[in-house]
Amino acid sequence: METVFAVLVGAMVAGSIYLILDRNLIRFIFGLALLSNAVNLLIFTVGRLSSSRPPLIPDAGTVPVAPVANALPQALILTAIVIGFALLAFVFVLFYRAYQEVGTVDTELMRVAEPSEPDEVIPSTKMGEQG
Amino acid sequence: MSSLLVLPIILPFATAVIILLVKSNVKGSSNIALSSAVLQIIACGTIFYQVHRNGIFASQMGNWPAPFGITLVADHLSAVMVVITAVINLAVVAYSRADIGASLVKRGYYPLMQTLVGGICGAFLTGDLFNLYVWFEVMLIASFGLLVLGQDRNQLDGGVKYVVINLFSTLLLITGIGLLYGLTGTLNMADLHVKVQAIDNKGLLTAVAMLFMGAFGIKSALFPLFFWLPASYHTPPVSVSAIFAGLLTKVGVYALIRMFTLVFTVNVPYTHGVLIVVAALTMITGVLGAAAHNEFRRILSFHIISQVGYMILGLALNTTLALAGAVFYLIHHIIVKANLFLVSGVVQRLSGSFELSRIGGIYRRNGWIALCFFISAFSLAGFPPLSGFWAKMILIRASLEIHHYLVAGIAAAVGFLTVYSMTKIWGEVFWKPAPRADTVDEVSLAAGPSGWMMTPIAGLVILTVIIGFGAEAFVEIALQAAEELLHPEMYLKAVFGA
Repeated sequence: METVFAVLVGAMVAGSIYLILDRNLIRFIFGLALLSNAVNLLIFTVGRLSSSRPPLIPDAGTVPVAPVANALPQALILTAIVIGFALLAFVFVLFYRAYQEVGTVDTELMRVAEPSEPDEVIPSTKMGEQG
Repeated sequence: MSSLLVLPIILPFATAVIILLVKSNVKGSSNIALSSAVLQIIACGTIFYQVHRNGIFASQMGNWPAPFGITLVADHLSAVMVVITAVINLAVVAYSRADIGASLVKRGYYPLMQTLVGGICGAFLTGDLFNLYVWFEVMLIASFGLLVLGQDRNQLDGGVKYVVINLFSTLLLITGIGLLYGLTGTLNMADLHVKVQAIDNKGLLTAVAMLFMGAFGIKSALFPLFFWLPASYHTPPVSVSAIFAGLLTKVGVYALIRMFTLVFTVNVPYTHGVLIVVAALTMITGVLGAAAHNEFRRILSFHIISQVGYMILGLALNTTLALAGAVFYLIHHIIVKANLFLVSGVVQRLSGSFELSRIGGIYRRNGWIALCFFISAFSLAGFPPLSGFWAKMILIRASLEIHHYLVAGIAAAVGFLTVYSMTKIWGEVFWKPAPRADTVDEVSLAAGPSGWMMTPIAGLVILTVIIGFGAEAFVEIALQAAEELLHPEMYLKAVFGA
C-alpha cells in the first residue's frame, strides 16, 4: 500500500513542479495547491498505513491494544491543511491585486520593483506615507 | 521558571490582540507597542540571565513529558537570539512612530509586526521540529502582510516574488519534517539527536538533511537561492525593511545552525562540505551584487546575503571557534544591518530618494546621521575595533586553524569588497554635493528626522561600539553557545530532565 502512495505522491510532486515552473502565476497557484496536497499525503504515508483501528484506549487499560493507526500524522496534516488553506487564500488575493497594479501575470514581465535600467525607476509616492 | 520561556512568545501576541482592539488610535497603538517592547526586553533579558547563570533550561508545554509534547528550550544561542530580537523590536517600534503613517497603523501595522516578533521568538525557543514549522508559518503570514501593507505597486511586485519562493521553501521544510518523522518516529529535536544515530538508511537521512538545507537555505538567502531577497526587501516602508533585514533571514540561519549541530551530525563530511562551498559562493555573489547596484536599500539587501555567507561558513567549519564566530557574527550583524536600513530611511527623509544618484550632501545637512552611518557601515565592513572586525577575525582564524586557506582568503577579500560598497554609499550619499534641485523628488525635503528616528539609530550605534570595545564578554558568550552546540549532552539533559 505504501508503494502505491509513494508513487502517487511522486507523480503529484512532478506535476506540481511542472506547474510551478511556469511563468504564469495562475498555473503557479495550481501547482502550489497540488504540491501542498502531495506533501500532506506524504506525511500520511510515512506515518505507516498498517492498521485502520482507531487508537482508543479500552476502559480497562492504560494503553491502546497493539496494532492501531498512528494518530500523530493526522494531527500534523490537519495543521498543515489549515495553514495551507490560509496561505492559499492570501496568495489568491495578492496575485489578484498584483495583476490589477502591474497589469500582467507573466513573471518575466513583472519588473516594477527590479527595473533593468536604473532610469526606469518609478518613484514610489506611497512609501512609508510620510507624517 | 518554566513559564518564563513562554513570555517572549505570549507578550507580542497579547500586544497584537490589544492593539487590534484600539488600532484606530494611532498614538495609543504606538504607546502600547513601545511598552510591550520594553517588557519584552526585560523578559528576554531574564531568560538570558537564567541561562547564563544556571545553564540550559527547558519547559514542557501542557506538562507532557519530553518527546511527546512540545518543549521550549533556552540555551545560550536561543537566549542571545531572543534578546537581540527584543532589542531590534524596541528600536523598530520606536522608529515606526515617526516612519509609519497613520493610515498604515490603522490598517494593522503594529499587530502584524508584533505577530512577526512573536513568531520569531517562538522559532528561536522551540525544541520541537513541527512546532518550528508552525512558527515559520506564523512569521511568514505576518511578513506577507507587512510586506504588502499599503499596496504600493513596487510592494505588490516584490511581494509576489517573496511569497512564491517562501511558500515553496515551507513545503520543502514540511516534506523534510515528514520524512524525518517517518525515519525516526519523533519530532522532538533532542530525541531526534538520539534517534538519528540508530538509523540504518544513512542515504535517506542525508537526502532529508539536504531538503532541510534547501528549505532553510531559501529562508536565509543562501547561494543560489537568494534572488527573492533583493527583489523584495527594498519595497516596503523602512521600518519593515529593517526588521526583515535584521531578523528574518537570521531565523533561517539559526534553524540551520540548530539542525546541523543537533540532528544532522551523522554525515558531517558531506553536509558540512556542501555548506562550505555554499557559504563561500554566498559571500562572493552577495558582495558582487551589492557592487553592481545603485539603490541604497538594494545595496544593503545584497550585503545581507554576503554576510549570511559568513555565518554559514562558521557553521560549516564545525569547530568551537568557528561556531562561536557564527554566533558572534549573528549578534553583530542583526544590530548593524537593521541600523543601516533605519539610516537609509532617514537619508530618504532628508533627500527624498533611495537612488544614490539623486542623493548628496547629507554630511553637510546632518552630521549626526553621517556619523551613525559611518560607524555602522564600517563595522559591517570589518574595521577594527568595531564589532564586525572581531566577527570576521574569529571566522578567518577558525578557518586558518583547520587549514581552510581558500575560504579564509575569500572571507578576507569579501570584507574588502564590502568596504568598496560602503565607501560608494558614503561618497555618493554623504560627501558628494547635493544634485541639482530639479532632479530631486520633492517628497519630504522639509521634514527632518525626528527624535523617534534618531534615538533608536543612536542606540544601536552605541551597542555596535560597545560590542566592538567590549568584545571579550561577547566572545565569551559566543564560545559558550558554541560549546553547547557541539556537545548536546547538556541540551538533552535539560529537555529530558535528569
